[in-house]
Amino acid sequence: MDTDTVIRLNGITKRFGSVTANDCVDFSLKKGEIHAVLGENGSGKSTLMNILSGLYRPDAGEVYINGKPTVISSPAVAISHGIGMIHQHFKLAEAFTALDNVLVANPQGIFKNSKKKFAEISALSKSYGFDVDLRCYVKDMPVGQKQAVEIIKVLYKGADILILDEPTAVLTPQETEKLFGIMRSMRDAGKSIIFISHKLGEVMAVTNRVTVLRKGKSVATFKTGDIDELKLVRHIVGKEVDLAINRTKAARGEKLLEAVSLSANDIDGSPVLHDVSFDVYEGEILGVAGVAGSGQKQLCETLAGLNPKYEGSVKLLGENLSGLRPIDIIRRGVSMSFVPEDRLGMGLVAGMTITENMMLKEHSTQKGLFINKKPYAQMARDVVKQLSIDTPDIDFQVSRLSGGNIQKVLVGRELRSGPKLLIMAYPVRGLDIGASMQIYSLINSRKEAGTGIIYVGEDLDVLMQLCDRILVLCHGCVTGIADARKTTKTQLGFMMTGQRRENMQ
Amino acid sequence: MRIVARDSISGRKAFLIRFLGVVCALLTGMIFLAIAGFDPFSAMISLLEGAFGNGRRIAKTVEFAIPLVITSLGISLAFRMKFWNIGAEGQICMGAFAASYFALFCADWPVWLLFSAMTAASFAAGALWAAIPAFLKVKWGTNETLVTLMLNYIAIKIIQYLQYNAWKDPGARGFPKIAMFDAKALLPQIFGVNIGWIVAIGLIAVIYFFITRSKGGYRINVIGESADTARYAGINVHKTMVITVCIGGALAGLAGMIQATGVERTLNETLSAGYGYTAIITAWLARLNPVAIGIVCILFAALTQGGNFIQTAYNIPSAAASVFQGLVLLFVLASEFFLRYKIVRSLPRGAQ
Repeated sequence: MDTDTVIRLNGITKRFGSVTANDCVDFSLKKGEIHAVLGENGSGKSTLMNILSGLYRPDAGEVYINGKPTVISSPAVAISHGIGMIHQHFKLAEAFTALDNVLVANPQGIFKNSKKKFAEISALSKSYGFDVDLRCYVKDMPVGQKQAVEIIKVLYKGADILILDEPTAVLTPQETEKLFGIMRSMRDAGKSIIFISHKLGEVMAVTNRVTVLRKGKSVATFKTGDIDELKLVRHIVGKEVDLAINRTKAARGEKLLEAVSLSANDIDGSPVLHDVSFDVYEGEILGVAGVAGSGQKQLCETLAGLNPKYEGSVKLLGENLSGLRPIDIIRRGVSMSFVPEDRLGMGLVAGMTITENMMLKEHSTQKGLFINKKPYAQMARDVVKQLSIDTPDIDFQVSRLSGGNIQKVLVGRELRSGPKLLIMAYPVRGLDIGASMQIYSLINSRKEAGTGIIYVGEDLDVLMQLCDRILVLCHGCVTGIADARKTTKTQLGFMMTGQRRENMQ
Repeated sequence: MRIVARDSISGRKAFLIRFLGVVCALLTGMIFLAIAGFDPFSAMISLLEGAFGNGRRIAKTVEFAIPLVITSLGISLAFRMKFWNIGAEGQICMGAFAASYFALFCADWPVWLLFSAMTAASFAAGALWAAIPAFLKVKWGTNETLVTLMLNYIAIKIIQYLQYNAWKDPGARGFPKIAMFDAKALLPQIFGVNIGWIVAIGLIAVIYFFITRSKGGYRINVIGESADTARYAGINVHKTMVITVCIGGALAGLAGMIQATGVERTLNETLSAGYGYTAIITAWLARLNPVAIGIVCILFAALTQGGNFIQTAYNIPSAAASVFQGLVLLFVLASEFFLRYKIVRSLPRGAQ
């Protein structure tokens, strides 16, 4: 074995009931490398990482750390071996300073010697190029800095092996670049990094090696320089996939939606939307970009009538929607679906069958007291067939489907209702490449049919390829509406951080 | 040894676990009886005899089951929406109170009018008593568990006040009791039990079809799974919640009326006898399924009636009978746990 291999996994197998999440996975991590782990949802990435960080124990297989066979029986053991995980959702105490957050994670003695520790930690953070004010309260920090605190915390614990789980999902392009710089300097200092991401461009830009998992098995490991994106996708999906997202040409029709200076407050009274104005035309996809939590959700809810207290006006084909009940807005042909982070929360009922989910919005249009399920069973059969949803039958509980299939049920239902205005927030959240492509093409087919579409997304590359125009939100304000054909990622990135479009060149 | 969640369970295995639960419960109960110095086998047989031994005892068991079934059905509606209504006790009292007003003061009305008025009044009073916590919750987000619980005490105190003051029977020679109802205001009997049992069976069917087939039932189920999803689907969550909780309260109120006019034949402070709380247990054991509620309530009533019987037949103190009932309940609840989780041996050590 190479002396510079810090982790070696041999034939790791992990089963959950009848499901084999990891099937004889081999993996090795070298000292001083950034190693990407790629795979579709359900390919076993998270299971593997949870084994490394001590949350799961494998059913079979060996773990070697620095050449010695090791049992990682708990997270504490993982940390003692220098393995630190940076989770997607930060585990920070918001009301503490960055310094206290780092210290709390590393309790030493009864009293804290802040002064000495402060010097130590700030030296550590400077050496890797973090620019974080340790005296600053976490609640006042932007997302990128919170993430930096999270990494410093793990480094200060003495981690030599860092696992970053989709760290760029919450970052602007500029913040992502900064993170990559830090990752490179950590690598050069001899740390090893496992990088999990769905964005291939990032994997190509920052990693040294790539391991691909598919259906629980480790398919292949490459040097990043020896492979291109297209080949990677082929390994991830297991077949040829066309990576290009089409921007379907469709005749821009009449003005469908007119939103004029929408403003709204949160439950606690803090403003979440401020003076938001825009139009949507028939046969057009309007993208909405922004850092997570910039008001996307409130915008969607306001348009769908779920936010009764707002100022401004929303008109659909000239008719004023304000004051209408949500169900009336649905009946006028506005379909809104929002896929939250847990992916099930809004739009689907997890414990119900596919058929029962089909009637969620439409059951009230039936006459009488009772529901006739037949038309919905037919609808379920159609959707399952049309979107090739992988399910034993239409009376299968939605929560027992895989993530991609769950979202297909949602998207399929919304598209079938033949809406005039389709609002989709994060429809591909957490989906793998194949399923995402399918959903993009479904959205495009609606566009061709003359539907106006508002697409709220995270991935700027996708927004720029799929949409006609992109509206950028920052702290509830519109910082600009850009032509997707002409804008650049950098420009969008600046707008996401609050610079107005008119002030930029 | 570790405890892990089951992915799914076969019907046979589920039955076996429940069956074993009951067997363990009875065994432990018998051990307890033996320690307490009674012959466990004959006590056990007597328990069954006490519940089902002859027509009169079966009638008694059914009489216990009636308010339990109706109240459990009402509670199950609210529980389906994750609205934790533990105020059925108070809703029963208020229903009984409202019906009693007509039974006491309008007994000269024609029978059909009297019963219509009593039924409507018990529905309305139970619904109103449930509407208070429901309204407070949707309006100001108050905790329904606390509000419904507090309202129980108020309802019981109202009846106490009536019993000791306003409605005290002057003919009772100073005893604090309300006058017995006029014979016209009593529920008729069929097969020796008040006709509440027909109402209960009918309600099981109605609620079953309401939950599985109707729009309203579908909406309730959606809200219970996720209120956010319901909101996104254009369902008026607040309105549905208030109406459903009121229907549940109305059913509890009806149970109160049946209890007053069919069993107690008057209104008194012990009329609800804990049915409102027991119904929470039976509703849960039946997993909120209307048909299962019928079965569970009958078994529960049998346990109560049989327990009462061995109390007198064997001179077993009532506390000991309650311990026995509690043991049975504990085991049955534990078997529910094992339907969802299983115990596995720890994994063999990996590379050592």
